[in-house]
Amino acid sequence: MMHKFSVAELSKGLKNRDFSSVELTKHYLKRIERSDLNAFITVTEDLALSQAREADSRLTKGNANVLTGIPYAHKDIFCTKGIKTSAGSKILDPFISPYDATLSYKLNTEGMVMLGKTNMDELAMGSSNENSYYGPVNNPWDKKRVPGGSSGGSAAAVAARLSAFATGTDTGGSIRQPASLCGITGLKPTYGRVSRYGMIAYASSLDQAGPITQSAEDAALVLNTMAGFDDKDSTSMNKDVPDYTENLNNSIKGLKIGIPKEYFSEGLDDGVAKVILQSIKEFESMGAIVEEVSLPNSAYAVPTYYIVAPCECSSNLSRLDGVRYGYRCDDPKDLNDLYLRSRSEGFGEEVKRRIMIGTYALSAGYYDAYYLKAQKVRQLISEDFKKAFQRVDVIMGPVSPTTAFELDAIKDSVSMYMADIYTLSVNLAGLPGMSIPAGFSNNLPVGLQMIGNYWSEEVLLNVAHQFQTQTDWHVHLPENT
Amino acid sequence: MVWETVIGLEIHSQLSTKSKIFSGASTSFGAEPNTQACAVDLGLPGVLPVLNKEAVMMALRFGLAVNAKINQHSIFARKNYFYPDLPKGYQISQFEIPIVGQGEIEISIAEGDTKMIGITRAHLEEDAGKSIHDMYKDFTAIDLNRAGTPLLEIVSEPDMSNAKEAVAYAKKIHALVQYIGICDGNMQEGSFRCDANVSIRKKGAKELGTRAELKNINSFKFLEKAINLEVERQQDVLEDGEKVVQETRLYDDMKNETRSMRSKEEANDYRYFPDPDLLPVDIDDALLSQIRTTLPELPTEKKSRYISEFGLNSYDAENLTSQKAFADFFESMLYEKAEAKLSANWIMGELSAALNKNQMNIKDSPISAKELSGLVKRITDETISGKIAKDVFMTMWECQRSADEIIESQGLKQMTDIAAIEPIIDKVIANNSTQVEQYRAGNKKLLGFFVGQVMKETQGKANPKQVNQLLNEKLS
Repeated sequence: MMHKFSVAELSKGLKNRDFSSVELTKHYLKRIERSDLNAFITVTEDLALSQAREADSRLTKGNANVLTGIPYAHKDIFCTKGIKTSAGSKILDPFISPYDATLSYKLNTEGMVMLGKTNMDELAMGSSNENSYYGPVNNPWDKKRVPGGSSGGSAAAVAARLSAFATGTDTGGSIRQPASLCGITGLKPTYGRVSRYGMIAYASSLDQAGPITQSAEDAALVLNTMAGFDDKDSTSMNKDVPDYTENLNNSIKGLKIGIPKEYFSEGLDDGVAKVILQSIKEFESMGAIVEEVSLPNSAYAVPTYYIVAPCECSSNLSRLDGVRYGYRCDDPKDLNDLYLRSRSEGFGEEVKRRIMIGTYALSAGYYDAYYLKAQKVRQLISEDFKKAFQRVDVIMGPVSPTTAFELDAIKDSVSMYMADIYTLSVNLAGLPGMSIPAGFSNNLPVGLQMIGNYWSEEVLLNVAHQFQTQTDWHVHLPENT
Repeated sequence: MVWETVIGLEIHSQLSTKSKIFSGASTSFGAEPNTQACAVDLGLPGVLPVLNKEAVMMALRFGLAVNAKINQHSIFARKNYFYPDLPKGYQISQFEIPIVGQGEIEISIAEGDTKMIGITRAHLEEDAGKSIHDMYKDFTAIDLNRAGTPLLEIVSEPDMSNAKEAVAYAKKIHALVQYIGICDGNMQEGSFRCDANVSIRKKGAKELGTRAELKNINSFKFLEKAINLEVERQQDVLEDGEKVVQETRLYDDMKNETRSMRSKEEANDYRYFPDPDLLPVDIDDALLSQIRTTLPELPTEKKSRYISEFGLNSYDAENLTSQKAFADFFESMLYEKAEAKLSANWIMGELSAALNKNQMNIKDSPISAKELSGLVKRITDETISGKIAKDVFMTMWECQRSADEIIESQGLKQMTDIAAIEPIIDKVIANNSTQVEQYRAGNKKLLGFFVGQVMKETQGKANPKQVNQLLNEKLS
């Protein structure tokens, strides 16, 4: 029963000593053990129990924080000291991180309990979690379907209540899209809000960590701990972190919601469109004002993203060379053979594809036509948002053109890339974006995307929370949960 | 065929920051392999670089010292290539917009002439680690202590027209970086390394010839040799009717040859792009003027001052200022009130010779500036002669005692008492009647013989001036 509580409720329960963190942790561990979703790459049972004992002692002594003793699942992209950190890749399968990511450190210091490391598309590249070296993850709403990606394990774990919440990372939609497909709440903060130190880099200028939770209220609680400047990350912003829970209950009467017409065109599933339009009506009934906005360059988001991200990843992944750590091929003949085979054998298809695209696009003679051009378009995409936010407070639309699709259903990569058509722009612009459960189509969850202006996480969380006080989509659970 | 040579230098100057350019690990030399490489230097997954502000300050000091245009908005770029001692698979460097733009520096060339050498740019970058190929059989060992050490790469214009000029330029930069306190200049430890771009063309031709880049040069002597060898090689190639290939060549000091390392075709495409992990470096005017006020007197300024203030000749002034340690030594002697010109002579003469002979750095000289001043002062006040001073100097070098102690204990004080010198002169005249006759017959050169005899009798302690004077009187 305990697993049906939100983080906010669990926090109260722990504080009142209705149950201990050890009891709670054991409960989740048992659920993980019984689960067949393949949501976890590593379950850290011993660590979790010792952290839970530690948390209980803090709770008893009265020096606990809000999140002390709360069990969570950590995306396997965050370095965790002494624990395998694979990022879903064979090339890092042997990698035991000797250090903690800033985020891991922060959650530890808060006294939280790490249940394990969640499954993900290899090195965060993918939209279905089918690119994991550790096999695909099943969507708890329909096990024949994908949970989305790349934070598929985290999303499935929260949806199936194998964990109170989970961490995720979002480079092109990797928090929002799986949150949408799994019927939970996911927040990608403004670029620079959460430290990237110790988060295995995919595309450095786009990567951002955020919470994957049951509700907006939980997201606010968790973001309070996650957010903040880190002197180890030059791209993190030295900007005060507000208490994100403080304004959750503000009225949204008069809130201006922009609906980009480009997000409701060809390719959007009818069932999804219906749910989104219905939820926008719900906001209207709550006093929000809806108007159409235009993001004319959003059509270029996919090609722009698939230049910028591969360029950066082709360089970021060069360190995975079989020399110092990670997978190394057997009996290398010479240095070239060591590089060639370690990387050929260690990386999966999609990762290799993106490394090749990026290497090509950065090559002499192509740089201007691809990388520089993409940077210019990226600027135009940001300008579109800037203009829109002069008129509206929040932009809303679908997260994904479809609900969860079946495993092995999408064979070609370009079709798969289209799954992120509505989420990529947000990363290219560096804006905060959120996915909240908005209804169902054919018994599969549909997420509503909310995009805010820079550093407006507080607004997004407030709007989402107000929606969740009026609707119950976020408390629907998959069968047998 | 008459050829002319065109040379440009790329100098890698290791900045003497305490920690690395993008991590907190120490930069000190000589530690156990891989003990000064932290997670960032090792290129572990997830780590991020954080720019060391001190390195930026040092680059700016250099820029201001060579009157360069400072790019107040510069960016770091990634230079991508695979090598085992390059942990991230890319080197963080500056490409399109370096922090230091166009500047210039004056060098001295033959016969006191000077020449301005253009500096194209100077940019910040991180050093790679070290590959050690001879430590284990069948394996290459990697030491990453050096990985991430801050470097300032100083690129010159192709303004030098022979090896001597190239060496003069390299020495000038070498002196400058030490003057402004940004590099220890230690070439053995690799803190200061030169690559030379060398090409030749028909005299008077406008177009540059195809160049070869000479790498791995770690002394000024090798720089001169390598350039001369390369110029000869290129002349032979062209005079045989062949073409010079654009390539990187290694200088081998053991075999005294340059040999091809890789050609342009084999060169890497480094796929430079702005490093998304680092913000652009923005420098405001206030910081620049603040740095300007902390710059010390620079070698060229110092040289002019030595000439005008102390009457040193241009050659000595150049030599004294060519290394900061020498200028410091000289100025310490002035502080001790030693006479300037004599001090300069002793530094450039006896002291330099002794240091060279023992392959020592002036910083490690067993005779301090204060002690050498003690000796020079005894020459100035005529306590001892210059000749005796040389013996005292040797004793000082060996025994580390002060000049006064040595003069006192060995009784080397100059005889200035005429009453004591006169009988000795009389004795010399009496014992050498043949020479006296010859002298008086007009062989004035024999005066030196008599002086020598007197000095011998007095063990060099007689005041040569007095001896000369008395001999002149008595022999005339």
